[in-house]
Amino acid sequence: MIKPGEIAIVGAAETTKLGAIPDMAQIMLHADAALNAMADAGLKPSDIDGVACVGPMMPQQIAHYLGITPKWVDGTGVGGCSFMLHVRHAAAAIHAGYAKTILITHGESGKSRVNATPRPPEPQSLNGQFEAPFGPMGPPTLFPIPVLRYMKKYGVTHEQMAMVAVVQREWAAKNPRAAFKDPITVADVLNSKMIAYPFRLLQCCLVTDGGGALILTSSDRAKDFPTKPCYILGSGESVETTMVSQMEDFTSSRAFRVAGPEAFRMAGIKHSDVDHLMIYDAFAHLPMYGLEDLGFVGRGEAKDFIWEGNTRPGAKLPLNTNGGGLSYTHTGMYGMFALQESVRQVRGTAPAQVPDVKISVAHGVGGMFSASGTVVLSNQRP
Amino acid sequence: MTLEPGRARPEPTPETKHFWDGTRDGKLLLQRCGDTGKAYFPPRPFSPYTGTRNVEVFEASGRGTLHSYVIHHRPVPGFKPPYAIAVVELEEGPRMMTNIVDCPQTPEALVLDMPLEVAFTKMDEDITLALFRPAKGA
Repeated sequence: MIKPGEIAIVGAAETTKLGAIPDMAQIMLHADAALNAMADAGLKPSDIDGVACVGPMMPQQIAHYLGITPKWVDGTGVGGCSFMLHVRHAAAAIHAGYAKTILITHGESGKSRVNATPRPPEPQSLNGQFEAPFGPMGPPTLFPIPVLRYMKKYGVTHEQMAMVAVVQREWAAKNPRAAFKDPITVADVLNSKMIAYPFRLLQCCLVTDGGGALILTSSDRAKDFPTKPCYILGSGESVETTMVSQMEDFTSSRAFRVAGPEAFRMAGIKHSDVDHLMIYDAFAHLPMYGLEDLGFVGRGEAKDFIWEGNTRPGAKLPLNTNGGGLSYTHTGMYGMFALQESVRQVRGTAPAQVPDVKISVAHGVGGMFSASGTVVLSNQRP
Repeated sequence: MTLEPGRARPEPTPETKHFWDGTRDGKLLLQRCGDTGKAYFPPRPFSPYTGTRNVEVFEASGRGTLHSYVIHHRPVPGFKPPYAIAVVELEEGPRMMTNIVDCPQTPEALVLDMPLEVAFTKMDEDITLALFRPAKGA
């Protein structure tokens, strides 16, 4: 069995620019982030022997573009949390001896669409037959489908749902690279343009260009690197369905309920051990589902927990401290950016640094509640 | 009720053909697991509950309730915004995505758990969609 802290992240970086990058094709966004992560770790492409990335980009494209000859690759593609799964799979591969130094990359030209691949559902797929005919147009129309059921079950008000975006903007204000930094109020959120009721523009994530990369190796080698090692204590993964209409419970994600507790179990930690938390927020309801499904609060308690300010700067559970997908950046697959912020927080280098972070949890979602991955990181090896 | 042109058109496969033949003939066909007796959707020739291939096709009542929805405010080919993308929970248990017809597309008119009934709506000679409307007398 892999032990908590046996594998570490020794290189981490985002693309040089973030937001609108019309002068870079998608593959170059991967490469820009990868080169930055290698510089962070003091490595060259010839030092890397494993590569992971998510479709439509294939590991062979990235390996060849960067001049890497891998002996291990992973192209797991389950949506925006794929990077959490890559971290988990890479840790297992290093433990097994399949590779020594693994590079995980993300790059997406989500806004400028340079070298981007459209992904309409195949008309013969189950999504193509049983969802597409009813008029969905991408995540803003599909991801919020369960929200009214959740709001009814737990008596969540529109104001409470809006508060998620307000609090994340408070964090974004502290991040120079965040796309949106100006403070907003609940009224601002509820007066923003209606996109897909019950969600308005400020409750939907950004669409940006950018990328990020991570480099993993065994913790025994980690002391040879220039940065403070970021130890992987535990991880979890699961999938449910690509069809949001078929998720078994509209008020909770089964994939969250598998991935989250497995990561905690592996890491041997309790909720009170967590100093910093990232929950992938493609839309405003996700932090609520995440807080409840990971067990940080009881069922139906997330609305009050956030409303009362418990996830704000200075409060007891700092959540989405880069500003999240709602205010920082969202290329289309935000999980990489949640991981980057967790790494910065445990290294102590985040712009909105939380004091004395020892343990950070990065929890991701893929597709529309289709998949999930959770990673527990620490600056201390158990 | 006729559909505006432009909607994504489903293409049946061997595993789903009976469902689409059913809607074309005015029947909402589900499948039932031979081990547990539980209904399931979307169609497949085995049970997602136990894996048994002992399954049967049966005609559902066409009644259900409004489980959740969004009201989309941006243009999409084949739709006039704002329009609701809804999920109906059928009386037999399974849920399916649909649109709600004969009803204002507003939060006031679309009340969760309201009773619905199937409204078969022809797309072309081969494809009929199972849309839903507020149940009569409800």
